[in-house]
Amino acid sequence: MSTISLKIEFGGGLELLFSNQRSHRVTIPALVPASGSSGDSSSGEEAAKKPADLSYLISWLKDHLLKERAELFVENGTVRPGILVLVNDADWELEGEGDYQLKDGDEIVFISTLHGG
Amino acid sequence: MPARTCALCNDARAILKRPKTGQQICKECFFYVFETEVHNTITEARLFNRGDRVAIGASGGKDSTVLAHVMKTLNERYDYGLELFLLSIDEGITGYRDDSLETVKRNQQQYDMPLRILSYEELYGWTMDAIVSQVGKKNNCTFCGVFRRQALDRGAAILNVDHIVTGHNADDIAETVLMNIMRGDIARLGRCTSICTQGEDTIKRSKPFKYAYEKEIVMYAYFKKLDYFSTECIYSPDAYRGHARGFLKDLEAARPSAIIDIIHSGEAFEIKEDVKATQKIQQTCKRCGYMSSNELCKACTLLEGLERGLASAAVTDRARKKFDAEGPTPGNMRQIPRFTLPAHIHPSHSAS
Repeated sequence: MSTISLKIEFGGGLELLFSNQRSHRVTIPALVPASGSSGDSSSGEEAAKKPADLSYLISWLKDHLLKERAELFVENGTVRPGILVLVNDADWELEGEGDYQLKDGDEIVFISTLHGG
Repeated sequence: MPARTCALCNDARAILKRPKTGQQICKECFFYVFETEVHNTITEARLFNRGDRVAIGASGGKDSTVLAHVMKTLNERYDYGLELFLLSIDEGITGYRDDSLETVKRNQQQYDMPLRILSYEELYGWTMDAIVSQVGKKNNCTFCGVFRRQALDRGAAILNVDHIVTGHNADDIAETVLMNIMRGDIARLGRCTSICTQGEDTIKRSKPFKYAYEKEIVMYAYFKKLDYFSTECIYSPDAYRGHARGFLKDLEAARPSAIIDIIHSGEAFEIKEDVKATQKIQQTCKRCGYMSSNELCKACTLLEGLERGLASAAVTDRARKKFDAEGPTPGNMRQIPRFTLPAHIHPSHSAS
């Protein structure tokens, strides 16, 4: 398959940055540029590819789904500290965080803790 | 990556890595250790007595919702013998507080506890919206915090409770320690890590979540599917605490135990004798009877500032001189009603 289909959930107020919608279904490419930026096509060679991982998904969401205030979602190439990430209902720290390779049908949840209690 | 098994039960799939210990544990074990740690915090500090009436400061947010759930669970599981109430304060922030109060009303149904809501409007005659329009967005958290503290005590007195519990978590307390260091607030630095505070003329107030990480509270709520309200207060972005919070989050990312470690450092602080001697002694406000470091308590001072249109002058002690220079207090100004402790709490009641 050349694309991966994912279910994304936002909670803890993050949904406000994503059209005030908690649930989203997204489709991303299965293979993405390894360096994170497009390769030099003038040399005629293909840029190296890698399987799409969570880091890629985060920047993809920022570029395609985020409506406002990117600094509340991402910082230094990853999610802002204070935002929890769950992969198929498990802490992303158990799955290698940004390096986790996405599979078709995965469910990713982003929950912000940065608000009053 | 292969699925990991829980480090505690060696049976179920691990779903969380605990920031405190680095352990990888499953859902059921997580619920159990989280709840048991709070139970240990409560028993080691001997917070409650059998038969105590306890008001849970409830905002509808993540911490107080989880607190209400856990208090109810532990009260039943370990037979604390407590009578639990929900106490909510309406600061009058449109679009923020009115929505979260709906959550508290749902909590009341879900947890089957009596609920009392007290508003700034009825107590002080000023909503936070009105205060911000007069004071601006910089120092308004000072007003809100001071007014809320008193409001909670008054609400608790109306409910005739022995004890107030709030959902302050480990992250909050670590932030407060950092803030007090950054601002040189020695008096607060010496007090802010106490799990239970009681003045001569106030109701006992504790923080059962003192050692509970914010991350775990949110995960607990998520996995238990608890209903809470989660929006940043619209007036908070300019608050000073934001600096401490941002810093703390970065520290946590590098070394998760930093939060607990900062609290332990704070607990170990001891104020030097010669510094202690310069601290103000506690007295009672001559206007409303609440506890105070000065003749007039902070709430009365702030309220007078608002009423006289000199709000910014009331915020710091230094600025107070300008305030006093404006002349004496007008005679017919609105005041906070006299505060009295519930009859069964004596002023010299010592914490057990």
